[in-house]
Amino acid sequence: MNLDDLAEKAEEYRARDDGITHEVRVCVAAACQSGGSLPVLEALKAECGDGGGTCKVKGVGCMGLCSAGPMVAIAPKGGTIPDSILYREVKPHDAVEVLASVGGTPVERLHTPTDQPFFARQQRIVRENSGLIDPESFTGYVAAGGYAGLIKALSEMTPGDVLREMTTSGLRGRGGGGYPTGLKWSTVAKMPADQKYVICNGDEGDPGAFMDRAVLESDPHRVLEGMAIAAYAIGATKGYVYVRAEYPLAVERMELAIRKAKRSGFLGSKIAETQFSFEVEIRLGAGAFVCGEETALMASIEGLRGQPRPRPPYPAEAGLWGYPTLINNVETFANIAPIITHGGEWFAGIGTEKSKGTKVFALAGSIRNIGLIEVPMGMSLREIIEEIGGGCPGGKAFKAVQTGGPSGGCIPAQHLDIAVDYDSLKTLGTMMGSGGMIVMDETCDMVDVARYFMEFCMSESCGKCIPCRTGTWQMHELLDRITKLEGTEKDLALLEELCEVVQATSLCGLGQSAPNPVLSTLRYFRDEYEAKLVSE
Amino acid sequence: MSLLQTRPALPSDDKRWKLVNAAMRRNGYAGHALIETLHSVQESFGYLDEPAMRFVAGSLDLPLSKVYGVATFYHLFMLKPKGRHACVVCTGTACYIKGAGSLVDAVQERFGVKPGETTEDDRLSVLTARCVGACSLAPAVVVNGNLAGKQTADRLVAKLEELA
Repeated sequence: MNLDDLAEKAEEYRARDDGITHEVRVCVAAACQSGGSLPVLEALKAECGDGGGTCKVKGVGCMGLCSAGPMVAIAPKGGTIPDSILYREVKPHDAVEVLASVGGTPVERLHTPTDQPFFARQQRIVRENSGLIDPESFTGYVAAGGYAGLIKALSEMTPGDVLREMTTSGLRGRGGGGYPTGLKWSTVAKMPADQKYVICNGDEGDPGAFMDRAVLESDPHRVLEGMAIAAYAIGATKGYVYVRAEYPLAVERMELAIRKAKRSGFLGSKIAETQFSFEVEIRLGAGAFVCGEETALMASIEGLRGQPRPRPPYPAEAGLWGYPTLINNVETFANIAPIITHGGEWFAGIGTEKSKGTKVFALAGSIRNIGLIEVPMGMSLREIIEEIGGGCPGGKAFKAVQTGGPSGGCIPAQHLDIAVDYDSLKTLGTMMGSGGMIVMDETCDMVDVARYFMEFCMSESCGKCIPCRTGTWQMHELLDRITKLEGTEKDLALLEELCEVVQATSLCGLGQSAPNPVLSTLRYFRDEYEAKLVSE
Repeated sequence: MSLLQTRPALPSDDKRWKLVNAAMRRNGYAGHALIETLHSVQESFGYLDEPAMRFVAGSLDLPLSKVYGVATFYHLFMLKPKGRHACVVCTGTACYIKGAGSLVDAVQERFGVKPGETTEDDRLSVLTARCVGACSLAPAVVVNGNLAGKQTADRLVAKLEELA
């Protein structure tokens, strides 16, 4: 198969909807489903019937503004979210009114303008199809241009060409580490081995982050396509998608996508009539944050306790069952297909000098627009929080934003003008992390936040190395005393000393970064700690 | 692949064991499918007890200690039966900031159970989760598998009281 054949197929799938002029799209991702979007979808389908052949009701992935769910969009066929009429908090009994507004004036009481910054300021690459296509439909993905990246790689490029494109793109790992993807792929590609593996890390354990969940639920084929391109480039024949068991809908959609891709010959043996074969299996997590760490994740796939091991050797040399393994995050894989389709140069034109492309962030906490956004790297925090996010609700003053979850830190109001990329956040003592942003307002107690994250790290510590196992426990005790107004100057000094020790001597990222929330709140909100101390 | 000549017999003629067996067969009785197998046991029976772990260990040709080690390592696996109803309070960051702690306290005060415990009449188990990914609906709870967002202490307690 070549690109022309695929384009023909896409045209054929599109032709099935020839008479359709408008689509009524209902979000069926997890957040809207729990708000009751499935009954809305049913009601709209029943009400619409065949829509006179011009209107079609379908379930789609996440549209982003999760706090306003269930969301329904009326779009001209092929239109994007900014082209549509968007409705918020739609109930099944609104179906008649919603359908009556197709091609006419919007229903005022449900209408959410799409020219507001939340939608207008985004740039969608990873979430390009999210909210537009039916995540359970293989034909829908192909009709939207899906699998063109894979077919282009297989029919027109050598594995070396793919690696060069990846290096040119400047893409960095979206799981939080920010390691250059092209370099990682090239390292695995160079390893002489009969067997290599590709792993997609969907163990989104960072509490307050839900980007990967939305990608897996809204556009699972995109992730599979990225994995297949990676496998072709590095010479792997087997892949695993490791997903948290807490995300049943993501698991279900991924399973369906794998089955459909296989049936259509885009996974399995001799993909697209070439000699390239690639099988993908799902592996479920079982509720362990540490499994987001790559060596722990591989142990978990092998059916062991999810405990990390020292690196080197890195997974690129000796990973799953000792074979060279490429492990990337869900969002990283979702970036691959467009890079191959449009070229690395195109991707490198977006973002900042050292951080290319876009980043998906999950906005949550004390902020008006809760949901998912995708913006170019280098956008200022102020734009993200005040313009796109709409600031803190209820007239409360902004205090800090927490990025990077239990491994990251807080950024106070005076640094809001920083341009967000991997390196700038490090200078502030926090990190990009996987993309969770929790906004805190003036009522938030920062010492309590630090205690919360330490409790998290304490209970998630796998227990293998002593600094993390004992250190997080001791630090939590100290923080607990301080929040209960029982801590002294000495306790605070001891806490700071422990932070240094745990950071320097822990085995894996969990322990090494566990002190970050404490160090960062101490750096910007030391007065809050001191106000809680008592004299001996 | 297992070298066992004979696999252990099903612990009882409970049909659910066949589901567990099917899950192991799908993975070729490979030891690395242990976590998948334990998931299927828990899905079928609600928790993992000793006979179940012995059966899995025997079938996958793994030492019981390893099965027990894995079962106790991962938070999702339960070694005790759950009550008739389960309430999972999300304690992710977004929920915590919006008052998940007060939900836990309210449930504890009303029903006398801490997270991880079950009421004496086996009616209700209370659990906590590290983020169920529903941050837009914070604070969120999952009652008997159904996610409910924007909870208050009163609403949650009322909802739990309604359960038979």
